[in-house]
Amino acid sequence: MNTETAGSLPGLSGASADMAADKQAFAVPWGKAMMWIFLLSDTFIFSCFLTSYMNVRMSTTEKWPNPSEVFALTVNGHHIPLLLIAIMTMVLITSSGTMAMAVNFGYRRNRAMTTKLMLATAAFGVMFVSMQAFEWTKLIVDEGVRPWGNPMGAAQFGSSFFMITGFHGLHVSCGVIYLTIVALRVRSGFYDRKGTYETVEVAGLYWHFVDLVWVFIFAFFYLW
Amino acid sequence: MSAHAHTDAHGTPQGSGHGGGHGGDAHAQGHGDVGTQHPISIYLWIWGLLFVFSGFSYMVDYFQLHGMLRWGLIIFFMLVKAGFIVAIFMHMAWERLALKLAILAPPVALLVLISLMAVEGDYTFMTRLASFVH
Repeated sequence: MNTETAGSLPGLSGASADMAADKQAFAVPWGKAMMWIFLLSDTFIFSCFLTSYMNVRMSTTEKWPNPSEVFALTVNGHHIPLLLIAIMTMVLITSSGTMAMAVNFGYRRNRAMTTKLMLATAAFGVMFVSMQAFEWTKLIVDEGVRPWGNPMGAAQFGSSFFMITGFHGLHVSCGVIYLTIVALRVRSGFYDRKGTYETVEVAGLYWHFVDLVWVFIFAFFYLW
Repeated sequence: MSAHAHTDAHGTPQGSGHGGGHGGDAHAQGHGDVGTQHPISIYLWIWGLLFVFSGFSYMVDYFQLHGMLRWGLIIFFMLVKAGFIVAIFMHMAWERLALKLAILAPPVALLVLISLMAVEGDYTFMTRLASFVH
């Protein structure tokens, strides 16, 4: 909307013109600013989950199940603590690296590499969610963990676990869909015609945030 | 160099989808390319460091460290990794201060929530202990 028309139109179109008038505060593409603001709100949601987890863990009089034992795997007779979680962490970091490279190649206008790296990132995301599904199945079927109780100790363990990792897994799943759509558009030459690859960077912001949240979940839920 | 590129930024919303040919669009391209291109080596370095620090975090649990050492190391490695991701992978280090403040300052308020809930959790624990003893 042009600045000339802003302030002169009545009603809803006037409101829209005012809102869209040339009053930009941040010297970045609007998509990037909006993604950052969305991620800020998401930060608050995840912080609320982690804070409520801290609260129930501090206030329970029952023993909190030891995550190091609950999430241990036995491989060839060796009992390895947190093995699956360590692999999931590595997969997510790898995907973050491929995403960073995809953004870099995007700004170099390398269509083929950007597509490949973004699809690789999405594939690592699928791998992560699959391992999470395995982890949930093991916990629900073998260990008998439920949102309202579990045989190992404090009942709040299950509800905190399913809420926090479930919400994070939902983010990863949405990210896989998002990245796949953007990757296919990169491949079709959509962003070459548009004249900018900034959408790849915006998608990258989302993906790195998913990795960032995992860093906190890993520290507070699995290691604490 | 990158700082210079960013002061150049006109704040024109780019890629409106129309007018592929005219000069404004070419300028928008130039800004996008110059402002956001960094050597690949920096990403590879950060990528490697994230693996190393995740390995360190895992070692804390593997060697079953306890007490202040455990909490200190977990928090330290967590913050280092978070810092690398936000600053380098999410390019926050190269953004202008206005955006940095708008995004990074509000989460500081969360410290208040965390402190209040910690106090509350402690109080609930004490109340429960007191009532279960009877």
